[in-house]
Amino acid sequence: MTEVTGAAAAGPLPKGGQWLRLDNRFLPPLLITSILLTAHLSFGILEGWERTGLAIVTAFASEMVLGRITYGKWPYAASAYITGISVGILLRSPFLWPYALCAFISIASKYVLRFRGRHLWNPSNLGVSLVLFLAPETVSLLSVQWGNVVAPMVVIWLLGSVIVWRVGRFYLSATYVASFLLFSLVRAAVTGIPWVAAVAPITGPMYQLFIFFMVTDPKVTVRPMWAQCLVVFIVAFVELILRLNEVVYAPFYALCVVGPCALLVEMWLDARRAKLVVVGAGFSRPDKGQGIA
Amino acid sequence: MVPANRPHLLRLVWTLLFVAGVAAIPVLNRRTLATAPTVGSAPGRFGFHLQEVAREAGVDFVHQPPVFDPQLSHIMPQVASTGASVAVADFDRDGWQDFYFTNSADNSLNRLYRNGGDGRFTDVAVQLGVAAVNRTGTGVSMGAVWGDYDNDGYEDLLVYKYGGPLLFHNDGGKAFTDVSARAGLPTWVNANSATWLDFDRDGRLDLFIAGYWADGLNLWRLESTRIMPESFEYAANGGRKYLLRNQGDGTFDDVTQAMGITSRRWTLAVAAADLRGTGYPDLFFANDYGVSELYANQGGTRFVDVAENTGVGRTPKSGMNASFGDIFNDGRLAIYKANISEPGVLVQGNDLWVPKEGGSANGEYDNLAPSLGVDLGGWSWGAQFGDLNNDGTLDLYLVNGYVSAGERSSYWYDFSVIAVGHSSIIGDARNWPDMRGRSFSGYQRKRVWVNDGVGRFTEVAQSVGASDTHDGRAVALVDLGNRGVLDVIVANQGGPALVYRNTVTPGRHWIDVELEGTASNRSAIGARVETRFSGRTQRQDVLAASGFSAQNQRRIHVGLGGATTVDTVTIVWPSGRRQVIERPAIDQLHRVKEPA
Repeated sequence: MTEVTGAAAAGPLPKGGQWLRLDNRFLPPLLITSILLTAHLSFGILEGWERTGLAIVTAFASEMVLGRITYGKWPYAASAYITGISVGILLRSPFLWPYALCAFISIASKYVLRFRGRHLWNPSNLGVSLVLFLAPETVSLLSVQWGNVVAPMVVIWLLGSVIVWRVGRFYLSATYVASFLLFSLVRAAVTGIPWVAAVAPITGPMYQLFIFFMVTDPKVTVRPMWAQCLVVFIVAFVELILRLNEVVYAPFYALCVVGPCALLVEMWLDARRAKLVVVGAGFSRPDKGQGIA
Repeated sequence: MVPANRPHLLRLVWTLLFVAGVAAIPVLNRRTLATAPTVGSAPGRFGFHLQEVAREAGVDFVHQPPVFDPQLSHIMPQVASTGASVAVADFDRDGWQDFYFTNSADNSLNRLYRNGGDGRFTDVAVQLGVAAVNRTGTGVSMGAVWGDYDNDGYEDLLVYKYGGPLLFHNDGGKAFTDVSARAGLPTWVNANSATWLDFDRDGRLDLFIAGYWADGLNLWRLESTRIMPESFEYAANGGRKYLLRNQGDGTFDDVTQAMGITSRRWTLAVAAADLRGTGYPDLFFANDYGVSELYANQGGTRFVDVAENTGVGRTPKSGMNASFGDIFNDGRLAIYKANISEPGVLVQGNDLWVPKEGGSANGEYDNLAPSLGVDLGGWSWGAQFGDLNNDGTLDLYLVNGYVSAGERSSYWYDFSVIAVGHSSIIGDARNWPDMRGRSFSGYQRKRVWVNDGVGRFTEVAQSVGASDTHDGRAVALVDLGNRGVLDVIVANQGGPALVYRNTVTPGRHWIDVELEGTASNRSAIGARVETRFSGRTQRQDVLAASGFSAQNQRRIHVGLGGATTVDTVTIVWPSGRRQVIERPAIDQLHRVKEPA
């Protein structure tokens, strides 16, 4: 899921009298933690703390080891925390190994699957997709409501919206929701299922996590705002295609496919522009991406 | 100085680790499934072999599912997915176990098969008056359970329905009389489970009936389509429960509220046993669309739900089975609850709740199903513990499969869409996508897990002959031939009943115990039997309902493996009396009457 968002991740901690102000980088971890605690304490969504705990510990340990060795300094832990907790919430399996393996693969992907200094996949999106695809007999995803009342859903939607608004990514969530609703009309028309059934998935917590934590991940989205919206729209479109082919975990696979493609296209365009600049001005723009070493 | 090629080396190392991690996923997935059915193993390798003999034994029953209001026609196979059940008893006390099948179509007939003792069975349901119980307008059968409620020595029959439950008094094994009205049973319960238990230990069997669909709902004449569960995992809009206290005069008193049982969950299976060593039977509910419930009996005066505290009711799943078994021969009763596992969509895994070793103040349980290898059973329904190969440990037989229709099409995707919907969506049947003849976890292979007694169950169904792929619902274990082995009866939804004749490898011993209460209820339901042999003690309890819509023989069957002696058989009667039988003879049935 999302890493600590954009500028917030790079910015310094508040100093002096500002320490009471909540730094943006803490918002996503706080949101997902509050979602987990509320959901579990209210509805018992987890099969046990040990699974989620294992995912968090594995993600954290992997990040610390890989980050320290790679960069020579301790990495910021919130990203690993979000990845771990996301894996712990999303995965459903009677076994422990999927939680550990998924968390490790998610974190490791950031250090391995890189191109021109940027990692290409949202870590937990890739990890979860791989585990779902390669171990369908033993792993599934969180796929049910948390309780039967409207209130928790409204709270999560409001809280999530406020936070992604504050970190400047609300337009991505909104674009996805609008696209999903549009395409649900198409699915209902094509398949003949009731429209409310076609819309039903977005009322579930899996989608809430997907919308607020995955499609908003700044590290793996393209730069211009309009292009980001276009990518999210394409994600929803690919999800439509997958859903028409009865792929249950369509949104995860869609993001897993579209996200890196969009990044690669952007990099290709950047390189092309840079070449033109070199030809035109005799110097190249430095790569702003974060190198592996 | 950092070597110039260090980043490349590091990236290579990380890449190798990443690739190894990804490669490990399918490897671990396969290893997890290592207990999957093994085809082609030699018969007898696991100590027993099953042969399906229903037709040649004269059992030609084919279950007919119900057909409800046309407003549900688009999802009829789902809402009409239960009703096939089997309940075993020696109703005529001739020493041979008989069995009763329920049918579920309007005006269909239930069957009571009398055991001729020669491997043949004869349907006597019409003759004895327990066949025509599904008349239009009265509801249809969902299951049945035997129990001698008036202590006259003959097992009476409760038929629970989506409709009015029926109580048949057994008139000396020669006829049955419908005493439902006189008994004061509720007029209509949409029930999928019921059991007999003597919750207050007054020597009379009380009755528990668990509603599934909401109260007052007539599935044939719907006033609204808002009848579905309000959530896939948190539904509490199911039917109420009935705890009916036997007043000893042929009538029952509804004490449900007074005894603290308030559940409105969608209960699919219920079983009663003394799980906490108090001497009083507790009640375990396997609930669909939600968490399980474990009602702890407070000395016969009240029940308290301790499911969350004990761990068995923390995670909501789709519970469909409740059976108890002492899988480690250490006197602890484990609870097996069946759930749903569908590759690629939903992997709930079945639960095997084992009391924590050494006990604890709360009587907590651990789910050992994954580590013991009994968690993945498809869309699981009924399951029973029993020593199928007479090796001295309890094995596990599981039937499964939800809706077998179009072989190349599946409803799972559409179900996954609606199942995540908010209560306002999932709760209305109109919103559920049309099944259009598609299968829904259909044609599944059954699971027979052989217990090695030290922590591993091996799946052997295909090897031992349990090769059917019907939509199994109820399974019962019973010694049909008085041969000292457990045979298997399976009731399939919309399919033929199966009778698997069991052949156990020679040289394995056994001992059977059949109890008759005096101070206790005469069926001895609730009695605990501890058989000590070869340095271990196996506990089995006399149960009424067990599994899903099923009842095993009341007779206790204990396999002894190679042991040629039994040290003791200790009986703890429901009355609290304790009886010890020293060195009973093996390879025979012991009929034991509760001492005065």
